[in-house]
Amino acid sequence: MDSYHLDYLEQLEAESIHIFREVAAQFERPALLFSGGKDSITLVHLALKAFAPGKLPFPLVHIDTGHNFPEALDFRDQLAAETGSNLVVRKVEDTIRQKNLTEPKGKFPSRNWLQTHTLLDTIEEFKFDCCIGGARRDEEKARAKERIFSVRDEFGQWDPKLQRPELWSIFNGRIHKGENVRVFPISNWTELDVWNYIRKENIALPSIYFAHEREVIIHEGQLVALSEFVQPGEEDEVLLKKVRYRTVGDMTCTAAVESEATTLDEVINEIITTRISERGETRIDDRVTEAAMEDRKKNGYF
Amino acid sequence: MDLLRFITAGSVDDGKSTLIGRLLYDSKNILIDQLEALERSTKNRTDGSVDLALLTDGLRAEREQGITIDVAYRYFTTPKRKFIIADAPGHVQYTRNMITGASNASLIIILVDARNGVAEQTRRHSIIASLLRIPHVVVAVNKMDLVNYSQDVYNNILIEYNKVASQLGLKDVTYIPISALDGDNIVERSTNISWYKGKSLLEHLEEVEVNDDVNFTEGRFQVQLVIRPQTEDLHDYRGYAGKVISGVYKKGDKVKILPQGIETTITRLETGGVETEEVFAPQPAVIHLADDIDISRGDSIIKVDNKPAVSSELDVLLCWMDEKPLVAGNRYLLQHNSRLVKAIVKQVEYKLDVNSLDRQPVESGVKLNEVVKATIKTASPLVYDPIDKLYANGSAILIDETSNHTAAAVLLK
Repeated sequence: MDSYHLDYLEQLEAESIHIFREVAAQFERPALLFSGGKDSITLVHLALKAFAPGKLPFPLVHIDTGHNFPEALDFRDQLAAETGSNLVVRKVEDTIRQKNLTEPKGKFPSRNWLQTHTLLDTIEEFKFDCCIGGARRDEEKARAKERIFSVRDEFGQWDPKLQRPELWSIFNGRIHKGENVRVFPISNWTELDVWNYIRKENIALPSIYFAHEREVIIHEGQLVALSEFVQPGEEDEVLLKKVRYRTVGDMTCTAAVESEATTLDEVINEIITTRISERGETRIDDRVTEAAMEDRKKNGYF
Repeated sequence: MDLLRFITAGSVDDGKSTLIGRLLYDSKNILIDQLEALERSTKNRTDGSVDLALLTDGLRAEREQGITIDVAYRYFTTPKRKFIIADAPGHVQYTRNMITGASNASLIIILVDARNGVAEQTRRHSIIASLLRIPHVVVAVNKMDLVNYSQDVYNNILIEYNKVASQLGLKDVTYIPISALDGDNIVERSTNISWYKGKSLLEHLEEVEVNDDVNFTEGRFQVQLVIRPQTEDLHDYRGYAGKVISGVYKKGDKVKILPQGIETTITRLETGGVETEEVFAPQPAVIHLADDIDISRGDSIIKVDNKPAVSSELDVLLCWMDEKPLVAGNRYLLQHNSRLVKAIVKQVEYKLDVNSLDRQPVESGVKLNEVVKATIKTASPLVYDPIDKLYANGSAILIDETSNHTAAAVLLK
């Protein structure tokens, strides 16, 4: 019987592929929310396996805050071209202009909240009934309670008290008109699982995930790279550091970590030995209140 | 390295959250910033040392009220295994959530307070474990520090629980005396409980054999979708994508399409886009068949040597999960894996008391968290196995067509 055995990564992969196929079968107009980060790259890899030898039965949708890493944007375009996927890009910049939204100010102006406006507009524009996302339950406490199929109302709101029971591997994606389901195929993966899978499957990643030199300033103990969006203040000391990113979000709200890791093996070794969680280390926007994520999700965030 | 999914059942008072916190903490799966956040919120609420239980309360409402409302999933890894914990609330009003968490678990940890022994709640959790056929049960006798680590107290609980286990037909039951608060027998074996010669909880979780729980005998496969790229180079490609529910499929195998009842042969197998000679549960697969048959989502491709039940008259146990009560005669949608059919709940025979297993008459509608025996008629036949024979093919859900809510867990008899 020993040959009939799946290791933990194969089991996680099997679950994710099953979820992808349920999405394609149950929804009329699904979309994959693609950020250019490792989690959404892993999603694309899993989806290609789920529908091989066919192409992805849904577009990749990128809500571009305008604060992205250029390396991530290049990677996005290349991946879409290589896989023959339909890529939809909608810019937060345009929503700000069209709807006269007020931009957050300050040294690290996060467009995270504004992103929700663009996302909901895009859902309406394309009549998407399902958005696939790369969120994982290990990321944060509120995520730990979210279902794999998470029903949102027409405002994109998540109501933790009205979650549907999710039994066995049976997924109920039925919704009323105007509602939308967020589906998270890698809910049960941890950060380390994703990295181990990337190594096992030899998945290509944007270069910023590996150690490189960058000009940074230190903000509340976190390393923030200088860019056209983040300028040093008078009190800041600009340092040249060897860094890599653990997550890829906006340049304004993603912190880098000091690193010497230039290969996947080295990155994984650093992650195993590090004692700080992914969000805690690299997300400036979660630090505000402990319930920050819960609030954002209730308001239609991914 | 393999994977174990388990559920912890028990209320805050039993020390469930403390137990999980302790498992994560002692196995070094809590990270510095999470600990700092914990210290911050401990400071906000009370004075005193870090409360490990706070690690597991996710939603603001839960933190404010100090209770667990919904299932939370936790992850930790040791060099031997990856673990997924379904951390489920234990009170009777959250039976629905506990069933959600239990439905994918291979093991359940039932916490018993050493001072109280086998309580009504212990029974209820055990009954749910037996209803959902969780293969492995751990009875963790907690708070041993509060009974002076007494072997007599522990033995009495063991004798008492043994009766419950044999009544419910629980097969693999392991007993471990612990103190979650102090960490006795959680990760390290306890020196305070020197009379106990068994494994610590974590050792047990690392070593319990779970691959044997997968059925490799009965071939069951349900089509999730048909892959037909219809491009120039893949013009004739037609593959049936789905998950191997149980058993092993090989190229050349004789199979039967159900409910159509047509026999054919497997000509090609793929998994993850790669051709392969055989696929087994729970792998995702694409099956190609020798004959051109009309097959769509929800149809079964089964091995001919061991047939499932094919019927539209079903005997079931329903765990009711909707705020709206069930009224016999109502119409629902029944979803069995990927097969969706119209269904009528015809007759509700009796209600099962989840605290005692007593059968009680159903006077009015079936309410949230109640478990009833019922009969269902479906518009087209279901291809299934009784849950006792083949767990992975013996369960379904009912969906309320008007609200789209998942209204019930269905256990097929």
